[in-house]
Amino acid sequence: MVYKIRIRRQESQKSDSYWQEFEYDGSKNSSVATVLKELNSRTPLKDNSGNIVTPISWECSCMVRKCGACAMLINERPRLACSTFLHTLKGSTITLEPLSKFPLVRDLIVDRSNLFENLKKLNLWLESEAYMSSRTHEPRYQSARCLMCGCCLEVCPNFSANRTFAGTVAAVNAFRILNEEQESTHLNEISAEYKKKFFEGCGKSLSCHDICPIGLPVEELLVRSNAAAVWGK
Amino acid sequence: MSKTIIIIGAGLAGLSAALQAAENGCNVKLVSSLPSERAQSVMAEGGINAALNTKDENDSPEEHFTDTIKAACGLADPNAVWGMTQAAPELVHWLLKLGVKFNMSGYDDVDLRNFGGQKKKRTAFAQSDTGKQIMTAMIDAVRRKEASGMVERFSHHSFLTLRLCGNICCGCVIRDEYSQETVELPGDAVIVATGGMHGLFGNTTGSLSNTGEVTAELFRLGVPLANGEMIQYHPTTVKCGGKRMLISEAARGEGGRLFAMKDGKQWYFMEEKYPELGNLMPRDITAREIWKVSHESEVFLDMTEISEEIISNKLSGLADDCMTYLHKDIRKEPVSVLPGIHYFMGGILVDEQHRTPIQNLYAAGECCAQYHGANRLGGNSLLGALYGGRVAAKSACEQADVVELSCATQIDVPPASQISEIKQLNKVMQETMGVVRNENTLLNGIQTVQALTGNLPLLGMAVLKSALARKESRGAHWREDYPKSNDDDYLKTTVARFDGKQIQISFVPVPERR
Repeated sequence: MVYKIRIRRQESQKSDSYWQEFEYDGSKNSSVATVLKELNSRTPLKDNSGNIVTPISWECSCMVRKCGACAMLINERPRLACSTFLHTLKGSTITLEPLSKFPLVRDLIVDRSNLFENLKKLNLWLESEAYMSSRTHEPRYQSARCLMCGCCLEVCPNFSANRTFAGTVAAVNAFRILNEEQESTHLNEISAEYKKKFFEGCGKSLSCHDICPIGLPVEELLVRSNAAAVWGK
Repeated sequence: MSKTIIIIGAGLAGLSAALQAAENGCNVKLVSSLPSERAQSVMAEGGINAALNTKDENDSPEEHFTDTIKAACGLADPNAVWGMTQAAPELVHWLLKLGVKFNMSGYDDVDLRNFGGQKKKRTAFAQSDTGKQIMTAMIDAVRRKEASGMVERFSHHSFLTLRLCGNICCGCVIRDEYSQETVELPGDAVIVATGGMHGLFGNTTGSLSNTGEVTAELFRLGVPLANGEMIQYHPTTVKCGGKRMLISEAARGEGGRLFAMKDGKQWYFMEEKYPELGNLMPRDITAREIWKVSHESEVFLDMTEISEEIISNKLSGLADDCMTYLHKDIRKEPVSVLPGIHYFMGGILVDEQHRTPIQNLYAAGECCAQYHGANRLGGNSLLGALYGGRVAAKSACEQADVVELSCATQIDVPPASQISEIKQLNKVMQETMGVVRNENTLLNGIQTVQALTGNLPLLGMAVLKSALARKESRGAHWREDYPKSNDDDYLKTTVARFDGKQIQISFVPVPERR
């Protein structure tokens, strides 16, 4: 099947963005990542007007939904390119844009440093040996699966990269530490930061729950983190 | 003043080295083109080997040592392997304290599963995404060191070249991939932990960001490559998105069976040919058998006999992957598989302490040749990365000399390889470095690669010449024109070295067990 791939391109933050279109003639079972990989292997790469253009900048690593690198807006919805298949999208025109909540670097690449910085600001590490309760094994395991891709922040009405609110990604990752840390001073520090940087900013829209590309039990982890950090349970 | 250790790569080996170096009081500069969450280590599925003996099978680190050396067909440094296998149980207990959610059994024992080439249950695991679970805990631990200032991350930075003063390394040059700015980074030691040479082939099970460019640049600068021809084909992979997707050995460890169709019936060829280990023979042998049988019939991995309880508790990630990418419910139907390139046993030449021949330059993880010889046991890669990173960091912190760069730095960074040249290189490498090799195709391959320019083709050439020079079959290197192994000439490490003009191949003895 022939698809029209519309890509929003931008050389740097300072330059203007523009749309570029490509034709992709391939299986409807291809993932968007496969399409991008195929486009960039064309020598030379030509757009639909026949102009030779530079390869498309995008981030990818594992190609099998394990690393979170390839998060982008696909038909205006944040998803991972590696696990979004053409046949699941409506129509034969597919639009690709960078995530909008993070500073743009180039084309489909954005600077997600903020995600990682926020976990540091929340003191998310253990100072004691991990307390491993078999009762909470499953949610702690789920908490550790987070890909740090940023899809949940893209849809969050309360998140923007320059505000204090750290977003769901913080609550999801906080759970395992809140549950495993045995050092009470550190636990209190995390709880205090958690209240400031997550609990007080979350409007409970839960738009983050359905968007997670690996289907993490986001709502459950959020409720559990709130219980541990705010209600002392 | 404390030493500055630069670590290139923030996957498992890099993080392990960072924690150890910080523990030893060194300042760490951790350089990586992508965040740790994107490293290939998160793709490791099956588990990590350690003779924890929680299954009353009378297992011991000595047996882990014996199995590793046997699978390596004699090419691994026995002293290094001894150190790793002895340290393994303590390392897994340390990971538990860091919060890794290993599957547990009984009251509080680490659960263990069967893995290829090992008769006893020795592979600790967290479902079928052990690498991801270990990485999350390691990232959490390194975050603490970042907050205390011991570890400084250089995210979105790529390695360009070393700062060299003769044979002494005193830092490196990196580039900010966001701003394209070049940064000179002085340091007392550099530890390279940049993963395997997957970019030579372009269609492996590995990460697309493991291009092999760092190894290629080091090779150009004269750092030798060891056992470059020893490339592991994982027996069970599936074509997916222009590369290969792995179906973890855990599938067979938990009861998955390989079969082909013969005379209209299912033929369980591994069970018939190898009654003792069956579907769990070492990877080199299993991959070769599948490759042979696949000329006559499609080969399938049948997981339909595995119980629902095991699938949901131990293989849920694998089942999800097959559903998402292959549209197959492993509970209901077998999956068609073929061998695919998975791991590079060979790489940067290091000694037992992970030193390269360049002073103050170390290497750890898949980018170096250590622990696995001619064939790696499943479950030994996470272990090798974790242990090797520690050893490299200890050596660096203890031994690195503080060198003030006295000679004028000549930093010439070669231009990146062209896409069209890499495509040609990939094609040659795929065609010549298959499960089975021979002189004719290798010579043809060498001729084609000779016409290509740049670092990656140079590294590819070193791999091809290593494969040509080893005129025998051993482990992952199978020559149909020399089907027997020849201990007299080749129970040795292949060393490829670039002198600025030519690639020289030599064979050096494997160290003896102390």
